Amino acid sequence: MSISYIPGNGSLSDPSDNSGIIHHHVLSVLVENRAGVLARIAQLFSRRGYNIFSLAVAPTDDSRFSRITIVVDVDSAPLEQITKQLHKLINVIKISELDPAESVECELLAATVNADISARGHVMELVALFDGKIIDVGTDKLTVLATGEPSKLDDFSELLSSFGIVELQRTGRVALAKLERQSNKFKNTTGRAG
Amino acid sequence: MKLTGAQALIKSLEMQGVEVMFGLPGGAILPVYDPIIDSPIRHILVRHEQGAGHMAEGYAHATGRPGVAMVTSGPAATNIVTPLADAYMDSIPIVVITGQVATGSIGTDAFQEADTTGITMSVTKHNWLVTNANDIPNVVAEAFHVATTGRPGPVLIDFPKDVANATMDWYWPTSIDLPGYKPNTRGHSKMIAAAVKMLFESTKPVFYVGGGVLKARGSEALAELVELTGIPVVTTLMARGAFPDDHPLCLGMPGMHGNYTAVTSMQQADLLVALGSRFDDRVTGKLDGFAPNAKIIHVDIDPAELGKLRRPDVPIVGDCRSVMEDIIRSIKADPQAYNQRADISDWIVTVKQWQEKYPLKYDQPSLTGVLKPQYVIEKLRDANPSDTIVVSGVGQHQMWASQYWKFNHPYTWINSGGLGTMGFAIPAAIGAKVGKPDRVVWAVDGDGCFQMTAQELVTASMEQIPIKVALLNNSYLGMVRQWQELFYGERYSEVYLSPDLPDYVKWSEAMGCASFRVESAEEVGPAIEKANEINDRPVVIEFRTDSSEKVFPMVPAGVSNDNIILGPEGLVKT
Repeated sequence: MSISYIPGNGSLSDPSDNSGIIHHHVLSVLVENRAGVLARIAQLFSRRGYNIFSLAVAPTDDSRFSRITIVVDVDSAPLEQITKQLHKLINVIKISELDPAESVECELLAATVNADISARGHVMELVALFDGKIIDVGTDKLTVLATGEPSKLDDFSELLSSFGIVELQRTGRVALAKLERQSNKFKNTTGRAG
Repeated sequence: MKLTGAQALIKSLEMQGVEVMFGLPGGAILPVYDPIIDSPIRHILVRHEQGAGHMAEGYAHATGRPGVAMVTSGPAATNIVTPLADAYMDSIPIVVITGQVATGSIGTDAFQEADTTGITMSVTKHNWLVTNANDIPNVVAEAFHVATTGRPGPVLIDFPKDVANATMDWYWPTSIDLPGYKPNTRGHSKMIAAAVKMLFESTKPVFYVGGGVLKARGSEALAELVELTGIPVVTTLMARGAFPDDHPLCLGMPGMHGNYTAVTSMQQADLLVALGSRFDDRVTGKLDGFAPNAKIIHVDIDPAELGKLRRPDVPIVGDCRSVMEDIIRSIKADPQAYNQRADISDWIVTVKQWQEKYPLKYDQPSLTGVLKPQYVIEKLRDANPSDTIVVSGVGQHQMWASQYWKFNHPYTWINSGGLGTMGFAIPAAIGAKVGKPDRVVWAVDGDGCFQMTAQELVTASMEQIPIKVALLNNSYLGMVRQWQELFYGERYSEVYLSPDLPDYVKWSEAMGCASFRVESAEEVGPAIEKANEINDRPVVIEFRTDSSEKVFPMVPAGVSNDNIILGPEGLVKT
C-alpha cells in the first residue's frame, strides 16, 4: 500500500474537461426487493427520455430491500423531475442524491490487455500502482482488476489503453453518503413523495 | 376457511365493496367466472374489452368509487390497454383484473399469453402479477388502496390460471404494507401562509381549476374560497362542473378551444392559482408565452406536477380540498390582512367587459336550413335537468358539448381529456348510468367515435341500461377536417366518412335501441322530447349536422394564447 495512485485534478473529473462528467448526478435508490422493480425503473427512464449513464443493483443487508445506484447525466432541473417521478413508483422507498464531495463512491473495473513478454512487466507495475490485481494470465494477455473511485478507474483505463485493451468492463458505481462526524454534516437531499 | 384463488379474488372484491364489474370471460380467467355466479356483485358482460375499461372509467367518474373491469389474458389484456392509458392520463381510479396463463407457462409464448404487467407498466399507477394464492387478499387490498388514494389512477392485477385454481386459507388484511407509498395530503403550513399572502397582494388573480379539484371532492371548498376572495375561476376540460357555469365569477373553459375571456384572463393575470391542474399543452398553448406576467401558486397531490412544466412561486403538495380548506381557515384567522387585501374590482370589470364583448357564438341560419351542432347541444341542455350527466367522445362534438352545455353540478361531465380516446363516450356513458341509475345520461358522440365502440349499445340494450346518445353526424372526422381546412390548404386527406354509411338508425335499431334521424333545426326539440320519454332501452338520435362547421375560438397549435382566433372571420390579436 506504500505506493498507490490517488486521483488528482488532472483526472477526467476536472471541471475544465468537457467530457460531460461534471453533469453526473448519483442517485442512491432504496427499493423493495421484488420482481420487476428494475424494469419499472428502466422503463420510467426510457419513457420520460432520461439517460442512464450507469446503474448498479444489489441486495442490501435487509433482504426485503435492494439498493440501486444510478448515475444520470442531466442538469439539476430535470434531475428534480426524475427523482419525483421515481418516487411515484410504488416499490421505491427512498431516494438520495449523493453529492460527490459528501459521499464515498466505488466502482470495479476488469480489463483484458495485451501484455506480451516485453510489456508484461510494465502492465504489472501499473496494476500494482493502482492497487489492482491480476486475475488471469494468458500467453500474451493479462486480465486485470481494480476497484476505486470512478475517476481513478478512468485514469487506469486510459493508461492501460496504451498497451491495447482487448476487452474492458466496468460495474458502474456504488455509493453511500459519508458518515456524519461532529464537524461534518451531509445534506439529506430529497423529500418523501406520494 | 379454505377457498380457491378464484373464490378468494371475488370475495376480496366483495370485501372492497364492489357492487358492479364490467368484463368478458375467456380461457385464462375461466376459473374466476365460476364464483361470480354465486356473488352479489353484478357483472356486466361487454362486447369488447375496451368497452369494459371505459365503462369502469365512466362508473368511477360518476360515482367517485373505483371502477372494476375483468378480462382474460393476451388479446383481452391488450384490448384494455387503451382504457388504462386513458385512466392514467385523467387520474381515474379503476382496477383491472386480467387472466394470465399458468405460472409454469409464463415466458413460453403459450396460447393467449401476453406480458401484461410489462405492457401496462407505463400506463398504470402500479400493477401486480399474483404468483401465490395466499397473496390474493393482500394484493386486492393494496390495489384498491393505490388506485383510490393520492393521485388516483388505474391499477392492474394479472392473475394466472393456476393461482386461481390453487387453494388458500382465507383472511382479510387489517393493514396495508406499502413502505414506498405514503401520499402527502396536507399542504405545508408555511406554503399555505405564503399562498394567502400572494392572493392578497394580487390585483389580477385567476383560479385555474383542474380535474384534481373534482378528484378531491373539493367543489364546496372552492365555492367558499371564491365567495371569500371574489377571484374569478376558469374550469379546464377535466374540471367542467367543479364550479358552476352560472356563477358570475365562472369564466368557463380555457385552452385551445376555450372562450376568449377564460384564455385572455389567464394571459393577463398577475397570479394563477393552479388547483389540481397540470399546465397541459392544450391549456397553455406555447408554454413560454403562457401567462407571461403571472406568479404561480400550484396545488397538486402529485409532487411531480409541481415544476414539471412551469415553475411555481408557491408549490403546495396536497389534496386540493384539504389545501383550500386550510387557505380558507388561514384567511378567516386574520381579518385585518383580509380587509387590507389588494382591490381586484378593476380586474373583475375588465373580465366582465371581455365576457360581454366576446361571447361564444355560432349562427343557426334558419329552422329549416342546415343544422348547426352547437344548436343541438343548446337544445339538449335546455330540455334536460341540470344534473344530467353528459359524456362525450373526442373531437369537435366534445368541444361543442364542453362549450355550450352549462355545467352547474360537479360530476356531470365525463370525457377523455388527456389521452383523447375516440370512442370513449358510449361505454363511459353506460358505466356512468350503471353508477347513477337515477340520473339522465346523455352521450354526445361524433360519427367517427360512434363507429369505434357502438357495439357496446348491445351491452346497454341487453343489460337494460337506458343511456341516450346524441350522435352528431357531420360525415367527417371533423376535428381533423378542421385542421386540414385551416392549416393544410383545404387538402382533405382521409377524413370523409359518408353520412349514410353506415345507416346509423338501422344499426342502432339492430342493437336494440330506439333510434331516429333529425335533419333540420325544427325537428331537434321534438326528437329530444321523444328520446326523453323512452326509458326502457337506449336511444340514439342521429343529428345530421353541418360538415363545414368548425370549433371556435381556436388557438392554433404551437402559438401563444395571445393569438386566439375568435371565429371564421379571422385572426383577432389581443
